[in-house]
Formats: sequence, C-alpha cells, structure tokens
Amino acid sequence: MKALEPRLVSGGEEGGHLEELRRDPIALMRRVRAECGDVGRFDLAGRPVILLSGAEANEFFFRAPDEDLDQAGAYPFMTPIFGEGVVFDASPERRREALHNQALRGDMMRGHAQTIADEVARMVAGWADSGQIDLLDWFAELTIYTSSACLIGGKFRNQLDHRFADLYHDLERGTDALAFVDPYAPIDSFRRRDAARAGLVTLVAEIMAGRAAAGPPDRADRDLLDVLMSLRSSEGQPMFLADEITGMFISMMFAGHHTSSGTAAWTLIELLRHPEQMTGVIAELDGLYSAGQQVSFQALREIPRLEAAIKEALRLHPPLILLLRAATRDMEVLGYRVPAGALVGATPAISNRMAEDFPEPDAFLPERYAQPRQEDLINRWTWIPFGAGRHRCVGANFAMVQLKAIFSVLLRDWTFELAQPAGSYRNDHSKMVVQLAQPCVVRYSRRTGD
Amino acid sequence: MRIEVDLDLCQGHAMCELEAPGIFSVPRKGKVSVLEPYPPESARAAVDAAVRYCPTQALRLVDDDRA
Repeated sequence: MKALEPRLVSGGEEGGHLEELRRDPIALMRRVRAECGDVGRFDLAGRPVILLSGAEANEFFFRAPDEDLDQAGAYPFMTPIFGEGVVFDASPERRREALHNQALRGDMMRGHAQTIADEVARMVAGWADSGQIDLLDWFAELTIYTSSACLIGGKFRNQLDHRFADLYHDLERGTDALAFVDPYAPIDSFRRRDAARAGLVTLVAEIMAGRAAAGPPDRADRDLLDVLMSLRSSEGQPMFLADEITGMFISMMFAGHHTSSGTAAWTLIELLRHPEQMTGVIAELDGLYSAGQQVSFQALREIPRLEAAIKEALRLHPPLILLLRAATRDMEVLGYRVPAGALVGATPAISNRMAEDFPEPDAFLPERYAQPRQEDLINRWTWIPFGAGRHRCVGANFAMVQLKAIFSVLLRDWTFELAQPAGSYRNDHSKMVVQLAQPCVVRYSRRTGD
Repeated sequence: MRIEVDLDLCQGHAMCELEAPGIFSVPRKGKVSVLEPYPPESARAAVDAAVRYCPTQALRLVDDDRA
C-alpha cells in the first residue's frame, strides 16, 4: 500500500507558515492537529515539517534512532549560540558521549541539592522584609548560578555576577525561527545574540587570565575550567581557547537554564493562582522540614504535593513547545510518508493538553498525578514536557531536584502574592526559546510565626 | 515479583543503584544491569523506589506467578 501524503494545514503565506510560527506557534500547531490529526504538515519556508501528536505518532518520534531522525540540523538557531564545532555540530557518537554527563548521575544529586539551596539563600539574603521581584529576571539569574555551580563548579560560579545572566538572556532571545531561513539575518535579536556571545567570551577570558596569573591551583581546588585550561596539544599549545570553552559552557548550561527558570516561575504563578494548592504545599514542606531535615536529603525524596504542582506547571507550560528532528531517509508513520530531508516535530504544548489523555486539559489539577491516576506515567508518550524515550531530557532528574530544593528554601521563609491580575502572566512565544513575557512581578514578604 | 528493563530508555543515571544497591548496578559509562531480576519480597520497598525514581521510566516491577 502506498503511503499517504500528510495533509497540509490551512493558512500560510509567502514563506509558508514561518510568519505564523514566529507569531503564534501554539495556534499553528493546534490547528495542525485539529485539521490533519496525528500526522499533519506545515511549511517552513519551503521545507516541510511533519508535525506529530498523539501517543502512537509520538512513540515513533521518541523511539527513532539518531540515524533516522537526526537532531543535528534540526535546530539551526542553536549554532550561532553554541559556536561552530560545539555539541549540535558534532557526530551522534560525540553527542551521546557529551550527553552522558557525569555531573547528572544520581550520586551527584545530594551535593547539587545543597548547592542549589545555598544559591537560593544567597539570592534572598539581600531581600528586605517585603518587596517585589520580576520572575523572569530573578529565576533566570538564580538558575545561571545554580547551573554553573553544579555543572562547572562553585569556583567558576563565584566569579560570575548578574552580567553573565544578562548576556545569557540575550543569547536565549536570539532564537527567532527566522533562523530556519538565515541564522545570520540582519535582525535586532540576532545582532544582540552575537554581541552577547562575544561578551560572554570576554568574561570567560578575563576569568581565565586571572587564573593563569595566579598559577596552577591545588588539585583538590580544580573545577572544570581549570581542567580545560590545563589541557595541552602535542605541540604544547592550550587545547582550548576562551571562545571554545565559552561555547562548551553555553551548551552545557543551555538545556537546563531557561527550562528550569521558566518552570520555577510557572510553578509559583500557578500555586499563587490556586491558593488551596499553595496552602497544601506549604503544609507539606513545613511537615517534612519540622524535624530539622536537610534540603540536601529531602529534595531527593518524594515531596508529593510539590512535585505534582511542578508536574502540572510543566504540563501546562512546557518550556519547549516544539521538538524537532531531520529525517535522514524516506520513512512512514501511521501510513503517512515522511520524505528524506523533512523536519519532523513533536509538540509538548499540544500533546500535553490532549483531552483524551488529560481530562480538563486546561485546568491546573495536581491531583491527576496521585495514585491511581498517575497521568504522567500512564501517558508516557503524550505527557512529554521532558520529551520521552531515548532522547528524554537527561537533566529531568536534576531539574526536579533543583525545583524541589528551590521551593523548599523559598517557601520556608517567605510568602508570595501576585502583583498583577492572575490572567496577565503569559509566555512570550515569539522566539523558539519560550520565556515569560514581562512584566511578571510578584510580591514577597518574610514569613512571621504563622 | 520480577524486574523488567527497557534498555532503549535507560540513560545510566544510576538512581536505581542508589535506591536498591544490591539489585541494580550501573557502570560509570553505560546502562543498568539487574543483579537480581527476581528480588525477594523484603526488597520491595527499595525496588519500588528505584522504579519510581528512575528518571527515564526504564524500569517496571511485574507481579506474576513466578515471583
């Protein structure tokens, strides 16, 4: 039987659906599913994108090996951010090696939980008894410190300040889908992206110069930057320059940064929108920590109500709304043809809200994760904020530990309230890296003997 | 009870080894080995935790007649 051509979604102008993808990607992807079903198609400036949703199509996507559905080339907007030769330009073998990051193994997590708790304490140390924060700015800065401290080392983190976070934010903003046509198109966000990368290289080069002048550190005191600086080629030259080291650090931190930052913010927003859930989470944390339990221990254990709130924030506001691969050969999914060269997409934003799998899909209902519903486990191919299968986010575990540690510290000492109408908090979807739209302000005040 | 592993999904996080050290082993680079595919009932809590905390949901605990 001959494979069918996936149906093309309505709309589209010159350049196909690129402009709609840049403007309102969720509306576009929702329409693909509504009009075309589990396998549909939109057009990205002449390149077909086969968009999958539903359990069966998603399973095909997530089980496919790199040799069939390749990540390299599917994310052209990342190359100018990482730099040539870093991560997504490497072979599948090199990428797998890089993915198997020792810093993410289970036995490292206790140390990470303590580090994260310390970073939160450091950020709130400057707070008055009450005040307000912008959630995007605040969590983005916090997660720069946590991810650099956990993945690169505390010594490197201590040489960073908000400048690194500010530049990193400009990098993340430089992910306009226009990159599918030209990653170096003359638009403001790409210019700022390139300036930000150069700025980060300058900061890292300054840190490296300081360390070189100070002489070699004690072995016990070395972090990843010291190790990379110490490596020499056979001719005795440094193996990596500041540009390459910065690229490595950017790529190591990238996947875990805006994702954790956004999820922390959305968890807080949803808990503030649902005070009865917030009350339950605070009572749960107070109970767990009343006996003097350490965050480094508890963040690795179950905190069911908090975890359910985080999972529900992830389901409703997945940090990545469109996962992409490039088809390396002709193949078929559910009887539909996928031509070599096409982009193939899976969409957490749409799959996570399928009413068939998630009753009341648009409602914040943490109870859907309790026994026996466990809608995240039962719908393993449609509950996909972390992706699924062989490419499931390697940092998912770290992310949950991090979020549990953050809220363990924050909600112990502080109460929060929305400083804007509850419905005014929303994501900005104009870039492939989704972030909260500003303003997104909340008020805090120190907990008193309640 | 019996442990099933989907090696397509294992990423070597070694959370299972932390939860149930005698039952699972994960090398520094590589995927899980199940040392005790038919663990004793006394290990149920630990194996449950290993299944639950597996970041990639690669493990399943199956109750069948052979347990």
